[in-house]
Amino acid sequence: MSSVTPAIVSEKNSDDLSDQTLIHIEKLNAWYGDFQAIHDLSLEIPKHKVTAFIGPSGCGKSTLLKWINRMNDVVPGARAKGRLTIDDDHQGQRKEIDVLDPNLDVVGLRRKVGIVFQKPNPFPKSIYDNVAFGPRLHMKTSKSELDELVEWSLQKAAVWDEVKDRLHGPALGLSGGQQQRLCIARAIAVGPEVLLMDEPCSALDPSSTLAIEDLIFELRSQYTIVIVTHNMQQASRCSDKTAFFFEGRLIEAGNTEQVFTKPKNKQTDDYVRGKFG
Amino acid sequence: MPTAPLNQYAEGELMSLPKALQNREFRSTHAGAFSERLIVISLALCAVATVLITVGIIYMLITESAGFFRSDAVTMSGFLTDTEWTALQSKELEQATFGILPLLSGTFRVTLIAMLIALPLGLVTAIYLSEFASARIRSWLKPTLEIIAGVPTVVLGYFAILVISPSLQMVSDGAFSTFNATSAGIAVGILCLPMVCSLSEDAMRAVPRSLREGAYGLGCTPFETSVKVVVPAALSGIISAFLLAFSRAVGETMVVALAAGTLPTMTLDPTQQAQTMTGFIVEMIKSESEYGTVQYYSLYAVAVTLFLITFGMTLCGQIIRRRFQESYQ
Repeated sequence: MSSVTPAIVSEKNSDDLSDQTLIHIEKLNAWYGDFQAIHDLSLEIPKHKVTAFIGPSGCGKSTLLKWINRMNDVVPGARAKGRLTIDDDHQGQRKEIDVLDPNLDVVGLRRKVGIVFQKPNPFPKSIYDNVAFGPRLHMKTSKSELDELVEWSLQKAAVWDEVKDRLHGPALGLSGGQQQRLCIARAIAVGPEVLLMDEPCSALDPSSTLAIEDLIFELRSQYTIVIVTHNMQQASRCSDKTAFFFEGRLIEAGNTEQVFTKPKNKQTDDYVRGKFG
Repeated sequence: MPTAPLNQYAEGELMSLPKALQNREFRSTHAGAFSERLIVISLALCAVATVLITVGIIYMLITESAGFFRSDAVTMSGFLTDTEWTALQSKELEQATFGILPLLSGTFRVTLIAMLIALPLGLVTAIYLSEFASARIRSWLKPTLEIIAGVPTVVLGYFAILVISPSLQMVSDGAFSTFNATSAGIAVGILCLPMVCSLSEDAMRAVPRSLREGAYGLGCTPFETSVKVVVPAALSGIISAFLLAFSRAVGETMVVALAAGTLPTMTLDPTQQAQTMTGFIVEMIKSESEYGTVQYYSLYAVAVTLFLITFGMTLCGQIIRRRFQESYQ
């Protein structure tokens, strides 16, 4: 980790000049039944950056996250209006994925936009089968290609060294932090471009949390990461951009440093100082 | 420096406690300890009683069937390998053959047919109920299944003779005899269906929601989620449901006594009569065979066999559950 940090920092500086937006959100409104969870929300999420969503419980940050890969489809009564698109480079051709299109190929979307949940949720299968689950679902691979892919994903998720000797042991035998990194490996094994993380550390102890944060920091060179967190220190530690939500509205969004040190909005200021929430 | 009293109550009043707390008439804890011990002892006695009953049944089965095997007309190897069972058909002991295989074959023919119906149908229904059915559909489908569970087995046996058999005969142009393994098997299958379904459904509902979300997040369709994640995660529960249903089918008596026929046959033909082990026991107790004859005692040998099979299934179920049960955080 320590050896990687400087490179990331310099990369961050050069990238700041050319923020390329990957996910465009325009005037999004979302409901659960009659309850409106998101009001008229517009936000641009940059490519290959870590964007943190912060705000008190019920502010709509998780709802927004789960609309990005349509996880809300399985929630009864959930609906959304507005524009939510993801840029897609398809064989050199720029295209746009209209996420809210009811006829969208949701399976394809979720392959492109992976998600990691609050509680580690490995399947009750072996470590190997967990990582191989997505690839087996979506592609035809030979045994050796699959072996390679599993190793690559576990290495990317910084858990390979801990599990390489028991790949065929049960995933549920791992510690919470290892399970969460396994879930990250499982998510990146299908080759997503975006990783959504819904409070990925809130069920973990401090040292596992640190390991995951390091990982998030490293992963952003290849993935666009959106993380929902309750933990302000976490947002300030591992994100480039921060968006503050309150009661279903976007209050402020900007570079993490600015949002935490010089917030433009009074509410943001109160929240990041821990006055409420 | 004098400060304002922290206490808002007037001096001496301290706090206005509710009456019950002011009186402080608490029960003696000593008496509590005594009655507690008495309760624990009586609970333990009840537990011991169930064990004693089980031991008593097994003891009786073993000693009585030992009497059967001591008879000169019977050998253990003959019992296990002879392909004829004529305990009821031959009045004279010399002509009677005691080979358990025909009864076993009858039992397994009926059980196999029952399982062919109950397991797939039960599992598919359970998947539908647990993963796909809306609350409204569940609210009438589940009670309907429970009604089947409540139908007395004698009614199902009757149903097998009066409805299933004639239908089979009609469809097959009379290939089925009136009493046959298939109609009994179908009726037993219907009987086991609610058990397979509700136990499997319980097992699937116990699978945490987070696993389903994980599967959706990887791009699974709802069907792929149920088949590739939920069913495997609930496998231990589903297998024990299957084994319980199997034991239930092997031990089922009334349906087979009514509908499967009374002729022990050593065949795989499901269109013919098939006396099962349970069917034979009923038949023997109802028959005019005298108490104390070898024929009479043969029912204990059959009962032991039956017991060993169901006991084995229960044991398998335990092992599978322990081996495959996943603990979720």
